[in-house]
Amino acid sequence: MKRKLEVSELIFKILSYTLLTVFALGCLYPFLYAVSASISGRHAVDYGEVVLFPKDIQFDAFRRMFNDNMFWNSYSNTLFLTVYGTLWALGVAILGAYALSKKRLLFRKFFNFYLVFTMWFAAGIVPQYLNYLATKQVFNSVGITDDKWLVVIAMGMAAMNIILLRNAFENVPSEIEEAAIVDGATEFGVLSKVFIPMSKSTIATVALFFAISRWNGYFWARQMISNAHEHPLQVFIRLTLEDFTNSETMAGWNEAYASDSVIYALIVCSIVPILIIYPFIQKYFAKGTNAGGVKE
Amino acid sequence: MRDKGSDYLIFDQASGTYREDPEQLVRDDVEKHYWLHVGRTILKDWRLYVMLLPTLLVFLFWRYLPMYELLGAFKVSDQVKPVADQYFAGFSYFKTLLVGGGTGGLSVEFWRALRNTFLLSFYGLCFGFPMPIILALFFNEIRSNIARSFYQVLTYLPKFMSTVVMTSLVMMLVKQGSLTSGAGIVSQFLARLGLISQETANAGLLNNPNFFRGIYQISGIWETAGYDSIVFFAAIIAISPTSYEAAQIDGAGKMAQMRYVVLPSILSTIVIMLIMRIGSLLNIGYEKVLLLYNTNTYVTADVVSTFAQRYGLAGAQKGIASAAEMMNNVVGMLLVIGANTVARKASNVSLY
Repeated sequence: MKRKLEVSELIFKILSYTLLTVFALGCLYPFLYAVSASISGRHAVDYGEVVLFPKDIQFDAFRRMFNDNMFWNSYSNTLFLTVYGTLWALGVAILGAYALSKKRLLFRKFFNFYLVFTMWFAAGIVPQYLNYLATKQVFNSVGITDDKWLVVIAMGMAAMNIILLRNAFENVPSEIEEAAIVDGATEFGVLSKVFIPMSKSTIATVALFFAISRWNGYFWARQMISNAHEHPLQVFIRLTLEDFTNSETMAGWNEAYASDSVIYALIVCSIVPILIIYPFIQKYFAKGTNAGGVKE
Repeated sequence: MRDKGSDYLIFDQASGTYREDPEQLVRDDVEKHYWLHVGRTILKDWRLYVMLLPTLLVFLFWRYLPMYELLGAFKVSDQVKPVADQYFAGFSYFKTLLVGGGTGGLSVEFWRALRNTFLLSFYGLCFGFPMPIILALFFNEIRSNIARSFYQVLTYLPKFMSTVVMTSLVMMLVKQGSLTSGAGIVSQFLARLGLISQETANAGLLNNPNFFRGIYQISGIWETAGYDSIVFFAAIIAISPTSYEAAQIDGAGKMAQMRYVVLPSILSTIVIMLIMRIGSLLNIGYEKVLLLYNTNTYVTADVVSTFAQRYGLAGAQKGIASAAEMMNNVVGMLLVIGANTVARKASNVSLY
């Protein structure tokens, strides 16, 4: 009896270690390959001689990327969209969530439904596009001609994030709020001195969600930003890929490195900053999934 | 001690008699002068409503006004006129999409897109959904914290790529070969294993409609399985060690523990996640398909959103595109609401 137990346990343990190792390596491999291929020589990349480790090392693909003004441009555009977009969305969401967390708010049910309905039903790509064109005209008529600002203001708001914040604010003990009011705090003072400090980790999580969606945003940025100098990184990557996988434009390629290496270099460049901040943001990410807006 | 028979009388314990309930008078007053009361309350708390205003406006402008543009699904498309001034077209676009007629193949293409939307989600449900659960069970087997964090970090990693970077990597790994270069490294690997022929590999797997669904699911698992396992792993580590001990004393082996301790404990999490997943069967992320598909793979890859994108944005048939998306999204909404209702009934937990 005792022996049988140990055997089944051992088998399961070995099985889980093996399969986990295989899966984890499978997750990692494309990145390792991208790094190796971006710094390998032309022949090695073109004929599949690079499998895991780089061969005939060169850094010209990276050099080409770093000398490309459009690359740095797109990076700064992405930073612009991420920083301002996150600040704008977070500001709006905190104010809205604070108001919604108050039981004394009239029509509270209606306002909640107003947000939740957008999670159930979206108009779709084409109506949204037509609407952006219309709002763009309004923006232009008041003197904002920069597409980037329209993208910052119009995009990336998510009802789910507001609900996450609202739930966090609802969990702040009302005694503390009352104490602050007795001490003469205004509505805004209560929000900034009590509610925001007390739900710091949820705010960080929500800010992270906003920032990630801005950093990764592609489709609407490509549709709405007409000037190529204002394209964010994701659009730049995709346009480069489309350009470099087109066999006609690639026919005259006679550099010492493969055209693929440039794309891999670009992919590596876009992942590295995320890898650097990854250890710091990981815990907030895990927290966000667990909160998940589930309400009992 | 309220007398059930009357709303107005309240039993006063001190004097032992009934007296009028002052709160009910206030309630009466509110009922009589409802809007006056609303105005007074809003004035008193005006700061709250000012705080709410930006949220309401953002959602009005970029969530609700697009719904107004959906009117275009019933109107004759016009490049210049706003949707309100366009001529009414009735249900003709819906008819064209559903039963055909008019411009020929549109209906066939729409049904294909609808079918693909459903199938991509459905296969995701079959293959993508169990993966995080299995991963979480495996994570639980690893007792050493360091080793487990190591595995977790590696498997969460792909989640942090953007869709563009993910699809770019996939496209490069299975790209087609040419005169001057070989096929992508993964295609070559598969060809060497004998799973696909060398010609198939050289033609590019993403140009072959037979492989699109597979690539879509595998890249989906690669991207999200690790990250999605967080929820299930959290449910597993919440199980009290005494449950395992009790099972062991009863002579349960590893498999029996899994069957009678772990699975029942995480069942509610699984059910909720499953119901939510069913609810979003038709809300497929269009970006990934849009980035991965091409003219060769429309047969298996074209979903309703990309269909609408192709006809409405790239082409100029905005009415047709709006009608297609509207049908998809209305059915999708019914599924979400249905799933949420079922979840609430089943476990008292709902997402909204």
